Amino acid sequence: MLTIENLHVEVSGKEVLHDINLHIGEGETHVLMGPNGSGKTTLIRAIMGFSDYVVTDGRIDYKGRDITHLPIHERARYGIGMMFQRPPTISGLKLGKLLMAEAGNMPDKVSEYVSAMNMTDFLERDLNAGFSGGEIKRSEVLQLMIQQPDFVMLDEPESGVDLENISLIGSAIARLVEKDRHIINRHKSGLIITHTGFILDYIEADGGHMLCDGEIRCHGNAREILSVIKSKGYRECIECTKV
Amino acid sequence: MHKGISGTESISAEDRDRLAEAGLEFEAVNRCGSFFQIDQEIVHSSCTEKGIEIYPIGDALSKFPWLSDYAWKLVSPDKDEYTRYVADRPEPKGYVIIARKGSKNIMPLQACLFLEHAPIQHVHNIIIAEEGAELHLITGCASSHTTENGAHYGVTEFYVGKNARISTTMIHKWGEKIDVLPRSATRVEEGGTFLSNYVALSPVRHVQMYPLADLVGTGAVARFHSVVVAPPGSLLDLGSRVLLNAPDTHAEIISRSITRGGTVIARSHISGTKENTSGHIECKGLILKDGVIHAIPEIEGTVTGTELSHEAAVGKIARDEIEYLMARGLDEEEATATIIRGFLDVRIAGLPVVLQKQIDAAIDAAEKGF
Repeated sequence: MLTIENLHVEVSGKEVLHDINLHIGEGETHVLMGPNGSGKTTLIRAIMGFSDYVVTDGRIDYKGRDITHLPIHERARYGIGMMFQRPPTISGLKLGKLLMAEAGNMPDKVSEYVSAMNMTDFLERDLNAGFSGGEIKRSEVLQLMIQQPDFVMLDEPESGVDLENISLIGSAIARLVEKDRHIINRHKSGLIITHTGFILDYIEADGGHMLCDGEIRCHGNAREILSVIKSKGYRECIECTKV
Repeated sequence: MHKGISGTESISAEDRDRLAEAGLEFEAVNRCGSFFQIDQEIVHSSCTEKGIEIYPIGDALSKFPWLSDYAWKLVSPDKDEYTRYVADRPEPKGYVIIARKGSKNIMPLQACLFLEHAPIQHVHNIIIAEEGAELHLITGCASSHTTENGAHYGVTEFYVGKNARISTTMIHKWGEKIDVLPRSATRVEEGGTFLSNYVALSPVRHVQMYPLADLVGTGAVARFHSVVVAPPGSLLDLGSRVLLNAPDTHAEIISRSITRGGTVIARSHISGTKENTSGHIECKGLILKDGVIHAIPEIEGTVTGTELSHEAAVGKIARDEIEYLMARGLDEEEATATIIRGFLDVRIAGLPVVLQKQIDAAIDAAEKGF
C-alpha cells in the first residue's frame, strides 16, 4: 500500500526527517511512536503533502505510484486520509456543509455516520469552533468515515479525549481500517501516531515503529515497543542506533 | 389577488436576471407586496398584508399631512450635496411604508429601485412601524446591464415604534461606473428592534454610506450586518453608527469585507451614553488580491454603565485552512471558495427564513466569481 524510501523532509529550511524507510502492506495498520518533537507528525504531514513539509530527497510510493510531489487533494482523491491532531477552526463553514461536500455521490450515508458519531447537534456549528477535544476527534473520524480512505493516518487520536469518547472513537477507527473484517477481506491500511497506546485496546496493530530525532530507530511488534517505552522510557530508543 | 409586479414588461431578460440577483421576485410569491421604481417612474406600489401600507411618497405626503412630522426629521436636507439634491426635487420619488399598530408580515415587502437610463436616480423613503408592529423589508437596487454611467441618491428614514421591529435587507447589483450614495437614519423607541442587512457583491464604482441608528427608548436594539466584495476599481466606503441614548439598549455591528483589488473602508461606531448599555463591533476583512481594506471600528463610552467592545481582523486566507480542506479531497480552488463562502456566512438573529435564504442565494450566486 505505502512504501517510503530514503525520505528526507525539511521544515522551515531545517531537516527534520532523515532517511526514513517504511513499508505498510495492504490491510495492515501500523503504529508510530516516539518522544515529542521526534518527527511523527512531520512524517504523516509529508505523506499527505502539506506545503510546509518539503521532501528534499527520497520518495513516497502509494499503490505502486510515486506520489512524492502530488498535490494534497490528489493524494486524498487517490485514497489517503488523515485525522488531524489540531485541525483549524474555519469560521462560517458548517460541519454539515463540509460533510455533504465530502460525501460526493453517497450523501445518504452521511446521516447514518453522523448519528453513529453523536454529531447531529454539531452540523450547523462552524467547523471546530468551540469543539472540545473529544468533539474534535469525533468530527475528524466522522469526516474520514465519509471520505472512506484506503490508507488512513491518525495523529494522536487519543489526545484530549475522555474515557467515554475513547471507546466510541477507538471502535470507529477499528472499522475505518477494517479490523472488524476477517484478515483475508481486509484491504484498508493505517498509520497511527500514539503516545499512550490506548488505540491498541481497539486495534491489533500489524507493526510498530519508533521514531527518534527524525530517524526510525526500530521496527517491530507494536506492543513490545510500547512495553519497552513504558518500562524504560524513550532513553534507550534515543541511545539506540540499530534499525 | 395577483401579487406579481406590473409595469415591468419592457425589462429585458438580462436585467430580470440582475434584478433577481438583487432579491426581486417578479411574481412576488414570497412577498406580501412590492414597490418598483424605474429611474424616476414609479410603476408599481401595492401590499396585500393587512395593516401594512405602501405608497409612492408624493401620494403619501398629500394623503397624510402628519407625515411632515417624519419627513426630513432624521436626515437633514442640508447634510450634504446629495441630500440637498434629493430635497430640491420638485416631485419627490421613493416610497412610504406604514406598518400599523400590531401588524405583522410573515412574507417580506419588496422594494426595487432600478436604474435604467437616468443619469441620477433619486429617492426619499420613509418607513414607519407603529407600536408593536413587525415589518420585514427587502430592497433590491440594481442598474441595467446597458447602463454605463449613473448615480443613485437615496434618503431613507426609519421609525421603529415602541416594541416594534423592522428588518431591512438591501442587496445591491450595480455596474462598474455607478455611484451610489444612500443616506439613512433610524430612530428606535422603547423595546424596539432594528435589523439592517447589506449585501453588495457585484462591481460598482463608488458606494458611500454611513447609516445612523439612534436608540432613544429603553431596551431598544439595533443590529447592522454587511457583506461586501470590492472588485478592482471599486471604492466601498461603508459604515454604521449606533447611539445608545437610552438605558438597557444594545447594538451590534458585524461586517465581512473582501477585496479582489478594490478598496473597502469599513467604518463603525457605537456610542454608549446611558446606564446598562452594551455594544459590540466585529469587523473582518479578507484580502484575496492586492487592494485595500481599512477597518475603522470606534467605541465610545461616556458613563460607567456601558460596556463596549470590538474585534477587527484583516488578512489573507490561512494556508492551513486551505490545505485542511484539500486533505478532504477539495482542490485548491474549491477549498478557497468554500472558505470564502463560510467567511461571508453571517447568520442574522430574528431575520425571517425567506430573507436569510435570499442573502444566502445572493452570496451563492457570487461564489463563482471569488
